[in-house]
Amino acid sequence: MTELWTTTPGGYLIVLAILLPLAGIILSFTLGGRSAERVALGSTPFGLALACAIALHVGRAGKPIVYVIGALEPPLGIALRADGISAIMLITTAVIVTAAALYARAKFATPDGIRESRSSLIFWIMLQSIWAALIIIFVSGDLFNLYVALELLTFAAVPLVCIDGRPETLVAALRYLLFALFGSICYLLGVALLYGAHGTLDIPLLAQRVQSTPVVWTAAALMTGGLLAKTALFPLHLWLPPAHANAPAAASAVLSSLVVKGSFFLTLRLWFYVLPGLSADQAAMVIGCLGSAAIIAGSVMALRQARLKLLIAYSTVAQIGYLFLVFPLATGAQSWSAMSWSACFMQILAHAFAKAAMFFSAGLLAEALGHDQIARLGGAARVLPLTFLTIALSGLSLMGLPPSGGFSAKWLMLQASIISGQWFWTLPILAGGLLAAGYVYRILAPALSDDRISLKSSPKRSQEVLALGLAMIAIALGFMPQTFSDILEIGRPIAAALP
Amino acid sequence: MTPSVIAGLLGAALVGLGLYGLILHPHPLRKLLAFNLIGSGVFLVFGIVARRGAAAGLRFDPVPQAMIITGIVVAFAASAVAVALILRLSAVGRRVTLDPEVPTRPDGGDAK
Repeated sequence: MTELWTTTPGGYLIVLAILLPLAGIILSFTLGGRSAERVALGSTPFGLALACAIALHVGRAGKPIVYVIGALEPPLGIALRADGISAIMLITTAVIVTAAALYARAKFATPDGIRESRSSLIFWIMLQSIWAALIIIFVSGDLFNLYVALELLTFAAVPLVCIDGRPETLVAALRYLLFALFGSICYLLGVALLYGAHGTLDIPLLAQRVQSTPVVWTAAALMTGGLLAKTALFPLHLWLPPAHANAPAAASAVLSSLVVKGSFFLTLRLWFYVLPGLSADQAAMVIGCLGSAAIIAGSVMALRQARLKLLIAYSTVAQIGYLFLVFPLATGAQSWSAMSWSACFMQILAHAFAKAAMFFSAGLLAEALGHDQIARLGGAARVLPLTFLTIALSGLSLMGLPPSGGFSAKWLMLQASIISGQWFWTLPILAGGLLAAGYVYRILAPALSDDRISLKSSPKRSQEVLALGLAMIAIALGFMPQTFSDILEIGRPIAAALP
Repeated sequence: MTPSVIAGLLGAALVGLGLYGLILHPHPLRKLLAFNLIGSGVFLVFGIVARRGAAAGLRFDPVPQAMIITGIVVAFAASAVAVALILRLSAVGRRVTLDPEVPTRPDGGDAK
């Protein structure tokens, strides 16, 4: 087990992956103006290459790669670890950030004749900050380090919400910030309690030391509560729809597909890596029920929205609900837990790509039509066929129709709930699929009618192709080979019952 | 009552007061102050952890103190972002409140 606390071959890749966007932020900030855009766009391919290199290393070695900062071993030092789930998330993040950067060029390029525009500078810096914070969240092995990364993520995400400065976006941003601050202070209190009880915050060390004591349970409850507020699990979702619906399209895509997954990833780390031995069946049941409620409530709210972007944002609330079914379905070392584990990550990926494609398309529609009222979309599919093809394909994945990533995820979840004897989880999963079909139909039905509609401006073909590409990835995830779930299992502690 | 217990109770009281303010006060500035109150309580708890020297039976454990300092910096940055947002809200001439104008929330109440 000592290999978890010494630097392994390839460990330096993790450091490079973190340093790349950080260097980008500093460069963008100092050079300013047009350079910020160039730095951001130029660094994304390298980030993608680094993420792939890390995944290759992890896959080949079959165990996590580790970098111990300053060769100072935990508990005093901090270790960075990339295991199977980190590798998968790093690649997903790099792909979506790259797509968002390319998509945002149209809106956030510094206009000709101006040396620097405030909103574009902020956008490019914050995009790189979100990327950096997510990478740290995926590879950090220390709970306090993760707290700092979580806060960085919030501070980078909030300005993106209110980047155009309209009063309603400012209110949405402020509300988001207050929810997030509340969440992180709860998390921090939990961290303090854990440190007080066990004298370390290193994840594998802590996993060896924790016992089922009141202190650990209190800490776990506080940390989980805080993270749920940040992940916008029902009923703590109230901040999400206005924040995600008011941000510009490229930012909404990143916020909805990646930023909420950051805090969810941390929740998984907490329960499956720090506290795998805690017999938490009842807690898992409660979280599963909240997830089910999120699926139903989010979908019903999505059905009732008049604005397209709000509909998509409420659909995020619903799709996040599915993720939390992993807690009742994957705890313990049962035969079905690996299946639920893959289902959870398949859902993360499928939602990330489908939702980014949806938000990109919504942005294109709003630009082309000058509004995003669903009732006034009549006939739009005849003039914007590519955009609506994207919406239909990503809708397919959100509903969970085969073949798509969404289908694979929900199919695995259904199987796991039947095998584990927890058949009641099938009800929200199936109902959520039906309701998703309902809200996707609400967008497509008027658009496919015979009405005539005039475009304010025709959309850029490159942006349409980008959105379509992401939707195709969401579909292609349905054909993911078995190696996907093998990679996810790398470095996952097998639950051993604690005394 | 040992000093540690008193400090612990004080921390709990601060967190409680802050939580009350965060949930019940409608004005964002007051919510922000309440958040800082919670932060102080949490840092106090961290301080007691340091005093107990849980890590290795040390008399004083420096690690939590380093964490407190980092935490204070983070909380300060958070407050700065929030204040900037509140200032901006009042600069655009809107009443500073968290009531959303988008008529999409069915419950109508303030969430916090």
